[in-house]
This record gives sequence, C-alpha cells and structure tokens, in this order.
Amino acid sequence: MQWEVVIGLEVHVQLTTKSKIFSGASTAFGATPNSQACAVDLALPGTLPVLNEQAVNDAILFGLAIDADICRDSVFERKNYFYPDLPKGYQTSQMDKPIVGHGVVEIRLEDGSTRNIRVHHAHLEEDAGKSLHEDFHGMSGIDLNRAGTPLIEIVSEPDLRSAEEAVAYLRKIHSIVTYLGISDGDMSQGSMRCDANVSVRLKGEEEYGTRAEIKNINSFRFVERAIKVEAQRQIDLIEDGGKVVQETRLYDSDKNETRSMRSKEEANDYRYFPCPDLLPVHIEQSLIDSLQKQMPELPDAKRQRFETEYGLSTYDASLLTAERSIADFFEACSKVAGDAKLAANWVNGELSAALNREGKALKDSPVSAEQLGGLIVRIRDNSISGKIAKQVFEALWNDDGQSADEVIEAKGLKQVSDTGALEAMVDEVIAANPAQVEQFRAADDGKRKKLIGFFVGQIMKASKGQANPGMVNQLLNKKLSD
Amino acid sequence: MPSHTVADLLRGLAAGDFSSEEITQQYLDAIADRDGQINSFITVTREQALEQARAADNARQRGNAGALCGLPIAHKDIFCTEGVRTSCASKMLDNFIAPYSATVVNNMASAGAVMLGKTNLDEFAMGSSNETSYYGTVRNPWNTDRVPGGSSGGSAAAIAAGLAPAVTGTDTGGSIRQPAALCGLTGLKPTYGRVSRYGMIAFASSLDQAGPMARSAEDCALLLQSMAGFDERDSTSMDVRVDDYAGALDQDLRGLKIGLPKEYFSAGLDPAIGDAVHAALEEYRKMGAETVEISLPHTELAVPCYYVIAPAEASTNLSRFDGVRYGYRCENPTDLDDLYTRSREEGFGEEVKRRILVGTYALSAGFYDAYYRKAQQIRRLIKQDFTDAFKQVDIIAGPTTPNPAFGIGEKVSDPVTMYLEDIYTIAVNLAGLPALSMPVGFAGELPAGMQLIGRDFDEGRLLAAAHQYQQRSDWHLRTAPDCA
Repeated sequence: MQWEVVIGLEVHVQLTTKSKIFSGASTAFGATPNSQACAVDLALPGTLPVLNEQAVNDAILFGLAIDADICRDSVFERKNYFYPDLPKGYQTSQMDKPIVGHGVVEIRLEDGSTRNIRVHHAHLEEDAGKSLHEDFHGMSGIDLNRAGTPLIEIVSEPDLRSAEEAVAYLRKIHSIVTYLGISDGDMSQGSMRCDANVSVRLKGEEEYGTRAEIKNINSFRFVERAIKVEAQRQIDLIEDGGKVVQETRLYDSDKNETRSMRSKEEANDYRYFPCPDLLPVHIEQSLIDSLQKQMPELPDAKRQRFETEYGLSTYDASLLTAERSIADFFEACSKVAGDAKLAANWVNGELSAALNREGKALKDSPVSAEQLGGLIVRIRDNSISGKIAKQVFEALWNDDGQSADEVIEAKGLKQVSDTGALEAMVDEVIAANPAQVEQFRAADDGKRKKLIGFFVGQIMKASKGQANPGMVNQLLNKKLSD
Repeated sequence: MPSHTVADLLRGLAAGDFSSEEITQQYLDAIADRDGQINSFITVTREQALEQARAADNARQRGNAGALCGLPIAHKDIFCTEGVRTSCASKMLDNFIAPYSATVVNNMASAGAVMLGKTNLDEFAMGSSNETSYYGTVRNPWNTDRVPGGSSGGSAAAIAAGLAPAVTGTDTGGSIRQPAALCGLTGLKPTYGRVSRYGMIAFASSLDQAGPMARSAEDCALLLQSMAGFDERDSTSMDVRVDDYAGALDQDLRGLKIGLPKEYFSAGLDPAIGDAVHAALEEYRKMGAETVEISLPHTELAVPCYYVIAPAEASTNLSRFDGVRYGYRCENPTDLDDLYTRSREEGFGEEVKRRILVGTYALSAGFYDAYYRKAQQIRRLIKQDFTDAFKQVDIIAGPTTPNPAFGIGEKVSDPVTMYLEDIYTIAVNLAGLPALSMPVGFAGELPAGMQLIGRDFDEGRLLAAAHQYQQRSDWHLRTAPDCA
C-alpha cells in the first residue's frame, strides 16, 4: 500500500525582547534559578500584567514577513491549567483573535522544487517556567526565570507531506525570524521548539487520518526522526489491523521512539476566555506601515537578488541566504574579493567545511569576511594558486597572520610568475632528465600531453608549488619542442 | 474623636490642636478596647502606626506635610502591604507577608497617611455580610446581632465603631456601597480604571475597583484625591486627569437632573428605606435639582449576569493559590494532585469554593456560549441602559440596598437570597460607572443608604451632590450607640 504522511507544525519561537512579555524582568538565558522572576512572574497576589510593546512589534513584523493579515484588535486570553511551573494557573495566550492571521511560507526542497505551506495563524503568548526533576532528592525544583518570556506560536495548516518537508519548513521559519532579528533561533537553548501533528492516510484519500501530537521537539534532526518514526508506527499499527488514537506523544531521542503522554479523554479543558487584566491590543495602520518600512530583505528576495546580481546558481544562492549572517558574510567577502562566484565557492566550500569540522557557528569563525576576501584577491591576480590558497586559509584559520598578504609574505608563498626565474627552473629540470626529454621528443602529440605532466610535477616540486602552472606549461612546451 | 471626620482631623493636625501620634494612639486604644466585640480588624500594626505617626509629625514640623499627613487610616486586608500579613480573610493567605505594597497603599502613604492596620472582609471579598471571613464574622456597630454588610464589612464597621476615621474598600458588586449603607457611612466606588488595581488581590478583574469609605462625602473627596490616578502597572487604569474633588464640592446643583429608575423603587424595597430615599430626594428638589423617572430595563438581569462573570473571572484569578509558591500548603502531600487538591480544599472556605465551581462550570467547553458569552452580551445591554439614561439625566439616584442590615446567620444558608441584596449595586459594576452611597435616614434603628450613580469619571459631581445634601442633614454624623 502507498501511504501518505500528513504533518502540521506548531512552532514556538522565543522573542529576543529585553524584558518579559508582561513584566519588567530580564529574559537573559542561563541566570541562577529564579533570579529573573519578579513579583508578576511569581504571580504574587495582586500583581497585574502589562504588555511589552516590542513583543507586539516583533509579532507584526513576522506577520508581514509571511504576507499575513495583522489582526487590528487582537485579544489575549487565559488558558487555564494547573502545573507547578505555571505560576498563575493559566497561561496568557491568544485564541479567538490572534495577532497574525493566515499567511504563507515557501519552502524549497532538495530537488530544487518549491511548495507553499499555509500558516493558519501565529499568536503571542508567555512561556512557562521549568521543572527540574534531578538533584532534589525525589522532589522537583521550579525555575521561573523563563516564565513570562515572550513567544510567538506559529501554527501551520496540515500541508506538509514528509519529514523532509517539515524540516525545510522549520528551517525556513528559523531563517525568517533570524532575518527579522526577532529571535536568536537557538534551538539548543530552547529559543525555538516545535510540536508536530502527524497522521497517515492512503495516497489519494481525501480525509485525514487520526493524528497524534508529538510535543516539544527541540532540534531539526529530532523533528525529522520523530516524524519518521511516528509515521512508521502509525502505518505499522494500521497495517496490523489497529487504529491510531488521538493523543499527545513524547519523542525519546535516545530510543528513537514516541511514547504516549496522554489521550484525548485525559486532555485538559483549558477554559479559554479573554483576560480581563489586559485590554484588546488595538493596532493602528500607521504602526503596520512603519514596521513594513523597517522590514529587512527576507531570504527569498535575497536569494533572487543573489542569483541575478551575482549570477549565482539557485543552489549556491539558497545556501548563502539560509541564514542572514551567512548572506551578510558572503556579501562583505564578495565586496573585498571583487568576484562573487569565487566568494560563494569559498564561503559554501572551504569556510563552511571548516566550521562544520570544528562545530563552530559563523559568528565564531576565526576567518573574517574581509580576510577571506583578501585571500580571493590574491587568487584572482595570480599571486597564489588555488592549492596554495588553501594553505593560506588554514593559516588564517589558525590565527597565523592578520591577512592573506601577511601570510603569503611571511611564508614566502607567492606564486613565481617571473619568466627569468621560471626559465631557469625549466632548464634545470630538462638538463637533469635527459631520458624523459628523449622520450618526449620521440612521442606524438597525444602522448606528449601525458608526458609533459612529469616535467610540470618536477617543477612544482622544486618551487614548492609556487610556480605559476600556466606559465610553466608554456615554457616547457616551447623548450622541449626546440 | 470617634465622630471626627477626616476633614476635622486634617484641620486639627494642620492647626496643631493635636499631633498625629496622639490621635493614632487614641485610635489604637479604641481598637484595643472595643474591637473584640466588632472584629473589624484582622491585623493591627500598632508599632508601625506610631512610628509612621511620629514621622508624619516630623514632616509637618519641617513644613513637608502631604495632603493626608498624619491621618490614621486602615486598609481593607485585600491590599498588599509590604512586610505586613495580607490575608484576604482566607486561611489560604494566613501566612502571607506581602513583599510589596499596592499602588493605593503607596499613594496614600506618600500623602502622609498612617496605617492603623488591616480590616476584615468576606474571604477574597466574596460575600455581602462579612460572614465568610476566616477570621470570623464582623458585627454591625449599630446592632451587633446584625451584619455590617460586605465584602468591605470590616472597613465599614471600623469607621462606624469609631476605630478609624477612614478605611479603604473595594467594590466588585457593591462591596463598598452596601456596607456603607448598612453602617451609616459614605462610600464611593470610582469609575473602573480611576484607581489602580495593582496590589489589590483580584476577585473579578473587570469589576473590581478600590475606593474610599468614611463618614462624609468631603472625606471621600479628600481620600480619593490621593488614591486616584493612572498607574502604568495596571493596564486597565485610565490615563484621565484627576479632578480637584474637594475644590468642586460646592458646585451649583441648580438644574441638576436626577434620574430615578423605576426598577429601583419596586416591590422588595423596604418601605422605610424607600421613605428615607424619597425624603432625601425632596431635599435635592429644594436645592434646585430636578427629578425624573427613568427606566433601566435590564436591571433584573444584572444579578444573574454578575453571578456568571464574577465567578468566571474569580475561578481563574484564584488558580494561583495552589500551595506551590506561597500561602497555605496541606501537610504531607503524597503527590502533585494531592498537593493541589488538599491545599485548595483546606485553604479555601465554602463560599469561595462555591464561586470557583460556578465560574469553572460557566467557562467549560460546551457551556461557555450559554453562560459566559451570553452574560457578556447582557453586560453590554446593561451598559447601554445607563448610556441611554445619561442622555436624559446627570446622575441617577435610588436606594443602595433593598433592606437594612440583616441578622447574622439569617441568609448564610441561602446564597441566592444573599446575592439579591446586591440588586441595586451590581449593575453599576457591570457598567463600570462611579457610584456612592450615603446615609439618608433609618429603617428602625438601622441606617438606610441612598446611592448616586454618575457618568464615567464624574466622581466630582457625585461627591458635590452628596456633600451639599450632607450640609443640610446630619445622618452621616450620627454614631452608633455605645460608640460615641
């Protein structure tokens, strides 16, 4: 049987506002537990929420970025449930009138094809605290530093059809929010988390299957694995004559399996209702207009510009625009280098490989855009060969010099293009290898092409790779034919 | 001292007739002597009060006297007061020492007021008789077998018993006006948004409003002046200019149009209260005001509407009392559910639990549209009734309560009858309007109150209307027997 997987994602994105969504406490990550929880965050009796204006602006920016309607009078509601890390006994969220309405996110798949994924809505809400279950001798500790951190929850339609598409969508959301600068997108710190609604149906079937919701997945890799393993579980279940039940499940990355958390019957009745402590958020057109003006160039537009302005392939442009920091790095590098294609090759190639190898983020790269640009300049003017360039890059990476020029100078790596010096080397090699010269002269044109490689190799060896290979070839051809 | 008004005391303090320390000491002594009988205070902050009084006296000597400098007052124990137990009359918060002060408390302290202590109330302000307090029933000084009203019953009883010249109250469905009426006092519920709710423990957020309780309208004007104002920590507080209330007390009442809702004078109103209200209205006509009959057609829907909205909001406002971070926690919880269940079961009283259950039900899936949404629609109709009425008239007048103070224990087993005692006051909260109650006579030996309702932010006109009546009457200066 041919199965089709149907996926909808709910992505939670922490906004990088300085203070919390309803209080003045700091949102900085990693502080001593409960040191960043004020009276409001602790839900002391009598405290009241005051909405953070920046969080509203951030949400509007996101809405504009995905071409969504901005709700002009959005409403905060209380989502009621008891949990120790939820101090008020309700989460202030949005339900009926979320700030961001229907929108669209375009995703690009490995084969280069694109798909539009519909966003049902995105709403503002506060994050909960954290329950810590270790180190408390059978009890649980509660850290409320995170309580009240602003989130936007982005809810997609069930438009995704594979784990790969889900990851592409998630990466695109990541790319949009980091481009906008409204989130650091750091999944390892929980700045972005996602719930996946997964169901399966026979290909061609109209109706959706019963879905399971996998909660709180916190990396791109786990999203892919969790969806795959859950879809397979459902397929196996149905093929064995079983039925999928609607429930909430947890992904265990160690065992690579999903486990039931609670069934639909056990689900909370959240008793949403408009929060009487907060007035509806009225948004003026003038605010939307001014935010629209602040809108930075977004990934899709940038990719298109890179293709047309720099003549890059869609593939290269996509890689370079996946993150704003990479795109910025590339543009800075290209400006210095004076050759966009070479810059793209180096950023996507050597630099990206080095970063991956050492598990470094671009912002921590030891080689700056200007340094890499300077290196490319020397490739272009034939001061160094591509091979030597890699050595120079290594040196810069290891902090063995301030610039490519300095490294080339200090290590004497400059390509030898001086005809006199090269002629001397060529003469020396010809004199030292009479047998090979004899062989060359006796050979026909076809064989000569192979045989000349030997001489080039000898010269490169003698020059420690610094001889200009083009000139060496020319000289050899001339001298050997004499 | 007991019958002194705030205005008298402030004049005496300013003239140097007595010091704040002296009068503070006298009120503290009176509390020690007589509150055993009334039970109007939950906490008396004796040392702190004397310290504040001395500081006020010093400030005055240095020529640095605020508007309420040296005036002893008390706060309803629903306002957070830094370093002092803030119980909301609940076992749940019996051990809760607030780490911060409410904006109202700070505002009044900045004006120089001295805090005598925290007054009793119905648990979490849920009640009309002050019988639901964890700290016991408060007694009405006019007849100690009667209730003082609620929920600000301790505040009202303390003033009526001469234990404080003024006390703050909060009013969600009549909790300032009804006890003021039952204890022969003047009490003002300001426009929703006029006074900050920050630090005031929430009962029903969209209805709660803090206000002053004292003997006279002039006193209320002096107190409101310091309480009112925009507070950036309360999103529902309004950035509207605070009028000079005391300065406007003598504004001319000639031509004032007073609307008399026919629904407020119908069956169920105690005839003696009706007579007292009519006599007061006659005084207004003598002062040049005009009275016209009006209709507020949705009046009868106010009580049912209120008893959906208020419990719904309360049910989630009170979720934070879970035994996890502060307040009451049950002993030896076996697991998380047990911790929640028993802490709340043991920490809350019956009336609070009743309202949490009602509110939870009203918000539940499948019932929301029938109850909560419907109630919100009715609320808009009620507000519209007032908007229409205020096209015809300047203020609206009527009895504050249908009956005088009832007997302790009389209605406690019949919540619905108890709820109907608030029939004239509740609609005002649903509409967010300002209203005051003032004494206009007696029903037998018990005080009778009249309510004046105004347009949004028209507190100044209400206070002026009440003040000028009080210039021609002395009901507000009468003192309960044995309290003189």
